[in-house]
Amino acid sequence: MKRLMLLLAVLSAAPALAQSTLEAVRSKGFVQCGVNTGLAGFSQPDSKGVWRGIDVDVCRAVAAAVFGDSAKVRYTPLTAQQRFTALQSGEVDILSRNTTWTITRDTGLGLNFVGVNYYDGQGFMVPRKLNVKSAKQLGGATICVQPGTTTELNLADYFRANNMKFKPVVIEKLEEVLNAYFAGRCDVFTTDVSGLVSVRGSRAPKPDDHVILPEVISKEPLGPAVRHGDDRWFDVVKWSLFAMLEAEEMKLSSKNIDQASSSKDPAVQRFIGASGDVGKMLGLDNRWAFNIVKQVGNYAESFDANLKPLGFERGLNRLWTQGGIMYAPPIR
Amino acid sequence: MKWLRENLFANPLSGLVTLLLLFLLWKAVPPFIDWALLDAVWHPDTKACRAGEGACWGFIAEKHRFILFGTYPYEEHWRPAAASAILIGLWVCSGIRIFWKWWLALVWPAGLALIGTLMWGGILGLPFVENERWGGLILTLLLTTFGLAFAFPLAILLALARRSSMPVIQGLAVGYIELMRGVPLISLLFMASVMLPLFLPQGVTIDKLARAQIAMILFAAAYLAEVVRGGLQAIPKEQYEMADSLGLGYWQKTLWVVLPQALRIAVPPLVNTFIGFFKDTSLVLIIGLFDLLSTIKVSLQDPRWSGFGVEAYLFAALMYFAFCHAMSRYSRRFERRLDSA
Repeated sequence: MKRLMLLLAVLSAAPALAQSTLEAVRSKGFVQCGVNTGLAGFSQPDSKGVWRGIDVDVCRAVAAAVFGDSAKVRYTPLTAQQRFTALQSGEVDILSRNTTWTITRDTGLGLNFVGVNYYDGQGFMVPRKLNVKSAKQLGGATICVQPGTTTELNLADYFRANNMKFKPVVIEKLEEVLNAYFAGRCDVFTTDVSGLVSVRGSRAPKPDDHVILPEVISKEPLGPAVRHGDDRWFDVVKWSLFAMLEAEEMKLSSKNIDQASSSKDPAVQRFIGASGDVGKMLGLDNRWAFNIVKQVGNYAESFDANLKPLGFERGLNRLWTQGGIMYAPPIR
Repeated sequence: MKWLRENLFANPLSGLVTLLLLFLLWKAVPPFIDWALLDAVWHPDTKACRAGEGACWGFIAEKHRFILFGTYPYEEHWRPAAASAILIGLWVCSGIRIFWKWWLALVWPAGLALIGTLMWGGILGLPFVENERWGGLILTLLLTTFGLAFAFPLAILLALARRSSMPVIQGLAVGYIELMRGVPLISLLFMASVMLPLFLPQGVTIDKLARAQIAMILFAAAYLAEVVRGGLQAIPKEQYEMADSLGLGYWQKTLWVVLPQALRIAVPPLVNTFIGFFKDTSLVLIIGLFDLLSTIKVSLQDPRWSGFGVEAYLFAALMYFAFCHAMSRYSRRFERRLDSA
């Protein structure tokens, strides 16, 4: 069944588009963006029903680049099952829904990942009082894990590779698996680090009583994706994301971008569209990057507004100049 | 005292059961009241909620707008509120006998047009709101209303077709009903939201809400058809023969003799199916539509407010109960009316 769906998906994605996505987006007047139905920090409606999160900010950045107005986005909340079809069938223009970039998805599902807006990975959380410093000390531990996810497989692989035994406590619902961990039914809780951080910040009776171990046992690069077969649109979304990173590297933020026009730095001049024609090459207004930074902010601002309050640390997601692996190709 | 003895302590066994139940009540009710009322935190303050022992109704206070209206623009919330009120009003009026006049048939389309105007806007100075942003209570009510409004006539046709003497029509009706009843609603919704778009030509998309609504109509029609057929089969053969002997044609016979009696018999199971359908609308959460239950689930995802699931789901249960109970009360009154008529 799954294979049939894949086949159908590829077949339906194959015919070339009569109209490019960028033109279609321009003529309808908004970017249709597929987001998570609710994942704190990534995409979630707040109490007023306004979508917020770093995935949402990618959508807003694209809208700012295309229309000069970050509000021209319509959101389609998607479940995990729906997300790829929604993109393939043209229901959404961008899939920005904490989706892990893998080779299967990139090739078999007919997607193009434009980059990574959050490097995640599976980690372990243990109570501080156990005095565990490394995942290598977890031999024989009882570990709480949710079933049916790659999380469970990664866990088994990691312990087998390190010649350790563990007792899994497998519970389907997040709520219940957390109760089990906080009640002491297991020594360790494992899921993606982003999940561990937000759980520790929001659900732990005393967040300081729990530590997240330094080992990250899987790579989960999360990023936005577009359909195969429309390279122009691919470029627009890709460079919208890169512009946010580049702005952070150039120390341009929504606060100081207005003063940037007086900057003598040629890189800044190019970035804000005062010189060169980078925007035109993308098929956009030359002030595309200026609009992104002015209305959405740079990557650090997006991170600090959405993820930092939940207790996330930059870690791998720092810029390459600061010890992370976030790196945007030069805009020139 | 006499009543007590006769009803609660008639014999040792019943006395024992009474005592046991009283004990259980004593064990369960005071802690619940403590939790739900006395120790509860009523203002939206997560710190107080997490520190306190009682229920956190502050969660509802903080999130009620989102729960009721979803991602509809915040400043425009009066519009879905008014639309919900109109829709509930239409239902209530249709349930009261003095409103059973011919003009009720005009009031409904007018009311629905008004609701559509309110919800979409785009005219009369109301900003346009695309239906992807509709959510919460109004979505649940609209899915139910339109689902039933379209499914019911379809169901009557299916039931008649299934009882038809023409083999092709009968076969089609049987095939349809069996197919629809043979798959769970979830799989139909998945088909509508995941498979259908793949078959459509590139660039052609049918609105997500419309797809879900159509799937629900098709599903409900199959169930209702069987209920209606039950009513049809309960009509004695003499009724048909009498109508025939009066020289009535098929449609006259069906419309004036058979259906009125059949539907009257079928009222209790029909309402049963309606209530089930109302609750089934909550399944749209698996395809990412924000109905009443989904908005509650999404509110719980907010890390500041996660962990107050009990309060949230109690609220949901109360809302659903209010509507379902109203429906069943109405059906009971309606049946009494019909009996005395």
